[in-house]
Amino acid sequence: MQQTEVFEGKLTTRSRMRKFGVLLTGPGILWLLVFLLIPTVFLMVLAFAQRGSYGSIDWHFSLLNLKRLLGFSSFGWSPDNLLILWRSVKIAAFTTVLCIFFGLPMAFWIANHGKSMRAFLFALIMVPSCTNLVIRTAAWMILLGPDMFPASIARFLGLIAEGESLYPGSFAVYVGMVSSMLPFAVLPLYTSVERLDWGIVEAARDLYAGPVRTFYHGILSQMMPGIVASVILTLVPSFGMYVISDLLGGSKYMLIGNLIQQQFGSASDWPFGAMLGVVLILTSVISLVIFQRVGGKNFV
Amino acid sequence: MSKRKLPIFATVLALIGFLLLYLPMFLVVQQSFNASKHGLTWGGFTLDWYTGLFDNAMVQTTTINTLVLAVVSTLVATLLGTLLAIGIHRTPWGKKMRYFYDMSINVPVVTPDILMAIALAVVFALFRSWTSLFEPGMLTMIIAHVTLEISFVVLVVQSRLVSIGKEQIEAARDLYASTAGAWCRVILPQLSTAIISGALLAFTLSLDDFILSFFTSGPESQTLPLYIYGSLKRGISPQIHALSTIIFSLTLFIMLLLVLKGIRKEHKLAKSK
Amino acid sequence: MNPLPSSNQNFDLDIRNVHKSFGKKVVLDGINVFIKDGEFVTLLGPSGCGKTTLLRIIAGFEKADAGEIVLSGKVISDRSPSKRPINTVFQSYALFPHLNIFNNIAFGLKSHKVPKDEIERRVNKMMEIVNITDLAKEMPATLSGGQRQRVALARALVNEPDILLLDEPLSALDANLRKKLQVELRELQKKTDTTFILVTHDQDEAIAVSDRILVMYKGQIIQDGSPEDIYEHPVNRFVATFIGEANILECERVSEKLAKTNFGNLVLEKDPTWEKGGIAIRMEDIHVCTPNESFAENVYPAKILERIFRGDYWELIAELPGVGACESLKLRVMTDPDEIYNPGDQVNLYIDPQYLQVLSD
Repeated sequence: MQQTEVFEGKLTTRSRMRKFGVLLTGPGILWLLVFLLIPTVFLMVLAFAQRGSYGSIDWHFSLLNLKRLLGFSSFGWSPDNLLILWRSVKIAAFTTVLCIFFGLPMAFWIANHGKSMRAFLFALIMVPSCTNLVIRTAAWMILLGPDMFPASIARFLGLIAEGESLYPGSFAVYVGMVSSMLPFAVLPLYTSVERLDWGIVEAARDLYAGPVRTFYHGILSQMMPGIVASVILTLVPSFGMYVISDLLGGSKYMLIGNLIQQQFGSASDWPFGAMLGVVLILTSVISLVIFQRVGGKNFV
Repeated sequence: MSKRKLPIFATVLALIGFLLLYLPMFLVVQQSFNASKHGLTWGGFTLDWYTGLFDNAMVQTTTINTLVLAVVSTLVATLLGTLLAIGIHRTPWGKKMRYFYDMSINVPVVTPDILMAIALAVVFALFRSWTSLFEPGMLTMIIAHVTLEISFVVLVVQSRLVSIGKEQIEAARDLYASTAGAWCRVILPQLSTAIISGALLAFTLSLDDFILSFFTSGPESQTLPLYIYGSLKRGISPQIHALSTIIFSLTLFIMLLLVLKGIRKEHKLAKSK
Repeated sequence: MNPLPSSNQNFDLDIRNVHKSFGKKVVLDGINVFIKDGEFVTLLGPSGCGKTTLLRIIAGFEKADAGEIVLSGKVISDRSPSKRPINTVFQSYALFPHLNIFNNIAFGLKSHKVPKDEIERRVNKMMEIVNITDLAKEMPATLSGGQRQRVALARALVNEPDILLLDEPLSALDANLRKKLQVELRELQKKTDTTFILVTHDQDEAIAVSDRILVMYKGQIIQDGSPEDIYEHPVNRFVATFIGEANILECERVSEKLAKTNFGNLVLEKDPTWEKGGIAIRMEDIHVCTPNESFAENVYPAKILERIFRGDYWELIAELPGVGACESLKLRVMTDPDEIYNPGDQVNLYIDPQYLQVLSD
């Protein structure tokens, strides 16, 4: 018989509480186990299998997919896949930086209003997400066309030539990416602005006076958890994104997401797609770890 | 936070940010009333695209599919997520179990959608060799969406549970309530708003999703985003814009209602003080 | 087993040899207290002394590792809080934010399925007693700190508990309101004739409201007595400094009722049990001699170092020349414009033996 303790004002044993806890968490955990953990493990296994004839799977394990990913094939070495991977990392990283760049002022701007106005503006951040990503991206396809005002402005500034449009291309992809990821960047940033202890900011101003150092020591250091959350919520989804690059990037604009989609679509090469997926998650994890290390050193 | 002076460049950047969010929305709304079908030029005001929606069977079925998917997945995810959050919160777990639960909740949030999508597509194919239940269709899509949504619901509900604190339940017990009574009379009423916001978040995630649906849908379970994506190469029909405008206005309306309710409550509070 | 009181028996609380540790940390180390029905008892001590844990064990929110709690002759240690005729006023009040004030107060009665009209009657009566009749329809969020405190009291007392536990109920309020509520708390206790057990770290509060103070330190009750008793006869250094301010003199026993200090010998009323130890003297018990006063013993020359104005009294810091280092004492002199002591003045200090409190350590 286990020692009784009081939980929530009830005399019971730890093991009885835990049994009930398992009962409560069971369905949810089981769901995640069956539909997330097992599939991911299975995907990792599949990554080492081969494509059989007619898109079937040949269960002979080898490192062939990894070699292919690195560019080795029967025709020799080509950097195509690695370039796609590099471009994906680059775009995800720049998108994240841009999202923080716009997200921070947005968070401060919203927090600078009265209480009810704040709630309204905050809701306004979330509203576009309810209209699907595809619809919003399609709208950018039109907006960035040659006859619309963004192109006219760019032409006036001499950034593009007569008759050219801003889409398709890298610029359009960035606009689409930032536009769709921004809400997820602002959410955690806003929460941490709300929790800011302005006493520290004033103390910093008292001691250093300079606005840059005040911002850095007084505000940014306090907001680090929010910024980390913001980066994670932006970086990871933008790394796997392929709808936006597909629609706004043009036919030759491949990202790892597009490559994966191809393997599961027209190429019917699931094992290679699975290997790409494994690389995707590994790269996400590695970049997150690096980010936390670097961030930790600089700010704490 | 009281009002503080914000540098002008910060205000400008913030407004550009809002512009990035809302430019596409404005275009969609404008196009939905534009009489000229293909040109981007203004061809006069019309409601044809809205009335046309009633005749477009494809739009109707895909809209219904989208809503069914969002509602069902939200209900399942909210139920599972709320139980999960409560079970994690109130149970005296050891350090290892707590870590296990933390990971189970946080990993799905940072998993790229496309990975979740292909992993499910692959495992559904495996399951199909045993049962036909996992033929691509509404069921597989609902499973995929629930998997995405659960963690978000848990995070929202969990943070509220933490802020309610244990004094509330102790006070209820002190005032002679049973454990079940304390939960029903004290904790659940306070948790209800968090459960609703968790559900709203789940619903939004489902509406916004494209990738999971793309990899798990079947021919009979096309959703609106899939349909639009498929028809993009042919150019978007302004009817889609009309539909998007309706969805957009509805969400804006609901959000405004919620915000207004909050404002009224606040006014009442301020007045009594 | 009816948690609602009905008979006229005595609701004496007997805490027997209670031990509690969290992990390796011993929080309560053998607590034995007998609390009589109708007493206003305060558990006083610094944070971490175990006073809140003891309160939670009485309420039933924690289980003691050993020992038992006996109420009216019945062991209640194994009962859950909902089966104990004891109610609690929580530190942050823990009002239910989704219920209005009436329903907050009625919560306990509803748990017992008390008939509706009786609930109405008892809640209204209780709201009258604590002076919040006009708040019935309000929500807790709209209330001020003092009002919340009254609601919390009403919510607990409406159940007519045998014992009311109060966990630092006034700590969240500002100083003036706290003083006012201390008086009300005291009156309420007399009016309801209920045993109150209050936890606080505020010695002024403890002295103002209690019939009896239990001073706790490091998981033990180190002194148990009336406020006067504890103030005037602290048993050791901790009590002497925690309650009020006192000078502690390091002494050596010379002979019977005579101790040697740095600045000379002290004549005592009681013989110390130690060879070396502390003797406490309250600030207000050191007397500054006027030129025509003379005492046979315990008179020492001193130099005033500092004078601090404290309103109705001056606080003086005096230096007594001694063997080796000087001893400095703090003393209190009532403010009197005719008798001003300035820094640098030479005076004689007289210490009446009856005020010297020999400490145990």
